[in-house]
Amino acid sequence: MLTWLSLIVLALFSGAAFVAGRRRAVAATGGRARVLHSLPNYYGTYAALWAGAPAALLLLAGAMFGGRVEDAVLQSTRPAAVQALEPDRQAVFYSDAQAIAAKQSPSEVAYEGDLKVALDAKVAEAKRVGTLINVGMLAAAAVLALAGFLLAFPRISTEFRARNRVEGWIGVLLIGCSVAAVLTTLGIVLSLVWESWRFFQSVNPLSFLFGTEWSPQIAMRADQVASAGAFGAVPLFAGTFLIMFIAMLVAAPVGLYSAIYLSEYASRGVRGVVKPLLEILAGVPTVVYGFFAALTVGPIFRAGFNALGAMLVGTMPGVGQYLMEVQNQMALVAGVVMGIMLIPFVSSLSDDIINAVPQTLRDGSYAMGATKSETVKKVILPAALPGIMAAMLLAVSRAVGETMIVTMAAGLQAKMTVNPLDTVTTVTVQIVTLLTGDQEFDSPKTLSAFGLGLTLFVVTLCLNIVALRIVQKYREQYD
Amino acid sequence: MTQILNPLASPLVKGHAMPVQSPDDTAHTPMIHTTVPHAHAAAPVGEPKIKARDVKVFYGDKQALFDVNIDIPAKSVTAFIGPSGCGKSTFLRSINRMNDTIPSARVEGSIEIDGADVNLKSVDPVVLRSRVGMVFQKPNPFPKTIFENVAYGPRIHGLATGKVELEAIVESSLKKAGLWNEVADRLHQPGTGLSGGQQQRLVIARAIAVSPEVILMDEPCSALDPIATARIEELIDELRSQFCIVIVTHSMAQAARVSQRTAFFHLGKLVESGPTEEMFTNPRDSRTQDYITGRFG
Amino acid sequence: MTDATFGAAPPRSAASTAMEARLKKRHRSERIFKAQGLAAIIVALVFLVVLVGRIVSQGYTTFESHTLSVPVYLNPDRIDRSDLTGVNYDYIVAEAMMKKLGVQDDDLGTVSTKVQDLVSRDFGFQLLNKIKADPSLIGKTITVSGSLKADADLYFKGEIKRSTAEGDRKLDNQQLDWLEQLRKSGAIKSGFNFAFFTNSDSTEPEQAGVLGAVVGSAMMLIITALIAVPVGVLAATYLEEFAPKNRWTDIIEVNINNLAAVPSIVYGLLGLALFINWLNVPRSSPLVGGLVLALMALPTVIIATRSALKAVPPSIREAALGVGASKTQTVFHHVLPLAMPGVMTGAILSLAHALGETAPLLMIGMVSFVPGVPEGFTGAATVLPVQVFIWENASERAFHERTAAAIIVLLVFMIVMNAAAVIMRRRFERRW
Repeated sequence: MLTWLSLIVLALFSGAAFVAGRRRAVAATGGRARVLHSLPNYYGTYAALWAGAPAALLLLAGAMFGGRVEDAVLQSTRPAAVQALEPDRQAVFYSDAQAIAAKQSPSEVAYEGDLKVALDAKVAEAKRVGTLINVGMLAAAAVLALAGFLLAFPRISTEFRARNRVEGWIGVLLIGCSVAAVLTTLGIVLSLVWESWRFFQSVNPLSFLFGTEWSPQIAMRADQVASAGAFGAVPLFAGTFLIMFIAMLVAAPVGLYSAIYLSEYASRGVRGVVKPLLEILAGVPTVVYGFFAALTVGPIFRAGFNALGAMLVGTMPGVGQYLMEVQNQMALVAGVVMGIMLIPFVSSLSDDIINAVPQTLRDGSYAMGATKSETVKKVILPAALPGIMAAMLLAVSRAVGETMIVTMAAGLQAKMTVNPLDTVTTVTVQIVTLLTGDQEFDSPKTLSAFGLGLTLFVVTLCLNIVALRIVQKYREQYD
Repeated sequence: MTQILNPLASPLVKGHAMPVQSPDDTAHTPMIHTTVPHAHAAAPVGEPKIKARDVKVFYGDKQALFDVNIDIPAKSVTAFIGPSGCGKSTFLRSINRMNDTIPSARVEGSIEIDGADVNLKSVDPVVLRSRVGMVFQKPNPFPKTIFENVAYGPRIHGLATGKVELEAIVESSLKKAGLWNEVADRLHQPGTGLSGGQQQRLVIARAIAVSPEVILMDEPCSALDPIATARIEELIDELRSQFCIVIVTHSMAQAARVSQRTAFFHLGKLVESGPTEEMFTNPRDSRTQDYITGRFG
Repeated sequence: MTDATFGAAPPRSAASTAMEARLKKRHRSERIFKAQGLAAIIVALVFLVVLVGRIVSQGYTTFESHTLSVPVYLNPDRIDRSDLTGVNYDYIVAEAMMKKLGVQDDDLGTVSTKVQDLVSRDFGFQLLNKIKADPSLIGKTITVSGSLKADADLYFKGEIKRSTAEGDRKLDNQQLDWLEQLRKSGAIKSGFNFAFFTNSDSTEPEQAGVLGAVVGSAMMLIITALIAVPVGVLAATYLEEFAPKNRWTDIIEVNINNLAAVPSIVYGLLGLALFINWLNVPRSSPLVGGLVLALMALPTVIIATRSALKAVPPSIREAALGVGASKTQTVFHHVLPLAMPGVMTGAILSLAHALGETAPLLMIGMVSFVPGVPEGFTGAATVLPVQVFIWENASERAFHERTAAAIIVLLVFMIVMNAAAVIMRRRFERRW
């Protein structure tokens, strides 16, 4: 609230600086506008930027990090009574102190005796520190705003190159925005690596990557240190791979064949209808596919297999019995639905790739008396092969990272199996399961999600880098 | 019927003169364009290889070709000349029905090869194109090895029964295209790695490999440098003894060098056609004269 | 060489029958290949039809609901004026219904319990609110209308059938008879389910609606748009128009392309670690959701903007520079405005994508049950796709119907956004 208010005040001040700067520039010309180096608005903008921007940045930084400074100050001195508490209770104590100071509702923990005294002291301290930070921030911002204005305003004269200065500011803004993309990557890598590192302090990375038993629940018991076998991620990789494989079995042929048909056979009219329809299929949110898998495809497949089992139970009792007990949550369901989701993805990528094959090659082949299918199979596909492989890699990367379909349609049991009728779990399902609901953030169970996330990120990143590199080379070849 | 007299003489040296013809190269058929056939040294004998009557081509609503009537003799080179967009390539592409690959294109009239209309529904373009080969403006070797490029046609048409026979076809085609000596030791390297002129000769070898009767060439030298062009022109002259060659060209010098007969197209119409020498020395139509003398182009 | 046709057999060949056979085989394989391609297209379209058809057929019933209107006697004996909230209003409603049905409660209250199972608990809250507003109503008879309980609603929609064994369904024969009786008397009417659009999430299926989720989605998208679009456009402008071509910009470019392909759940992990744990942004809030989705949408906005900028021909830039405009003026006065249709199309499409995104939001605590419209950008909120996920997990059958209906709402929003993008592309896109 305070931040918003001060930002509004700052905006008004900055606006005033604009007007003042513009007036000064116009006044300096003595009526002959052409003697100004830049348009008058640039002078106003120059003054406004110096008056507003640094102070605004400071205020935003204060809003983002003020709380952390307050935490650090409060926790720098720990009363003996508080030190006696367990670490997580200490955290509650401090958050309560801050909540009371900010007149918000604290937790329901009752504090007595020494703790109560300590709490009151901390509440007072929190109020003091909070006020200090706020006032300090406001004062600093005011100083910055004034100083900025006073720095900029006197420089305004007819020779002053205001436009170049303002464009300098714009350049900085543009570079800042570009850096945001890099910062995002950096943020992903740092947060995943940092939290994974904490996880690997309690679980050996090797036993995580190569262990064959996954049951994070075991480690939840307070009396038990995370046992080495409980965080073996291999079954998750196996499940992810199984579902991805089934999905690609559906998506690769259907997607590739539709791309070929659309680019080589379909008339303009058909293309004009089918392409937007496929785009709709591509735009359907994954949660919808998940719903479809869980409540439509799952029951249908189950009913089908159960009926098949009932038919076979006479001749092949073992298989029949197994089929009759098949459940909704089988790898096949998640895989098939994920395959459907990937069809338009594969199709549109392959379509682009196939269209990039020059027409002269097609002409050459047709002029030899080749049929369309011979041209496709013997000239176009071989020429487009690297691009199509890259498209498939990107689809694999999508399948590996896909979350909602598997969360809703695959199971939670970590199994190592290649049986598509069995229930398996995947890396993404486990991340969701581990992180939804209220969890202690420091437990290995929660942190293991970041270990899985890091693995997922590295795997998909490798796939993407390789695929995008191939696509780039491929395009350069035909450009 | 290989050229014995001047296989090595560069056509460039010959300037405007007609290429020297081999003595037995007399199988020229008449060009029936006007009611009165022109008298010429190569006397009209027998049926023309290609006979076009009232050929019209439309792209959508736009008519690109108006009532073309022409006869093209076997075992000779016929050049189509004319300013860009005049319909010469369009006509060329309708001889082997390459216009089928353009959805909006429509061809009317009749084009007969050896008396059989190529535009009939019953005609299989696949078979037609195996008899009428085509070479394009830009060399378009497939991104495969040199060997595979030449073997492509024989493979899809099943012309070779075994590996040995296939290799023999590839070798003889490359020899006919005058490329064998340059690529014999690297048959299994990509065809795209050759120079532009070599690529164009590779593409010609690819077309020859299915032993077509007609070879259509759509400005085969426009993407090549003069030396490579000379090499191709020489090759065309050599191939004339075995194939009916139709070449579209921008260069009148080239038409004069390589062709026995020339047809001049203008604004979608065939203005006149006849023996090359006559066309260049004594054109009947004023438009032909203007074009040849460089008043427009 | 005198064959009259090319179709039947290649001429010259001595073994012309062999050639003919081969040709037949080639044409057959051509037809097969073409049929395979067509089959693939048909399979893909069938999937689309089945997907959409199934969801519509599951969900459309939600838009109809059955309401009961019943005169309720506000019996002063049962209402303690000193403790209005403690009154058993449900029983008062049950009494009114029993009177309407002409049945008597037994000593154990089984009849009244069964009657109560037919109507929403909303009736009780309505009575409470009315009495609170106007205590003079006590002792009078007022007509109250509200929705039936979900199971009763499903019976009228044919989802619960009388043919099912009595023990296998939620409502017994007597309850079904009552429902029929009430409908015949005109007390139960069916109509458009406005409540689905004016209510937020609820534990009772018949009370649950999508308003909270729609508002939550809108608030989140506003945050996403405010961050991703300007930052993305400016970043793309820099990279395309100003940046020198060197190793750093190459790295940035590769980096952006890769970011666009990072699994969305990874952005959720980033949001959890960065925004929630490090910057203390409130969990489950539209603010944190919008921030996460903004980071996710950023690369796609950048890529779309760059290709729109690439499509502006260099002659425009040269013309502007030629009349003495600075580089910045050239870009902001000419190039960017000309690229704007493409930029906005790309931006809308990536926002539509963000609207349907679920996985990263699960990481930042958006799965919690939020009854009501979010209080603000930092209050707890839910969004449409997450609402779908929550309802899909619910065990009551009536929620499945609502899940499908929520999906329909979500799809309608996405189709509207996509259509807007397409129209914008069609209307403003210029070909150079």
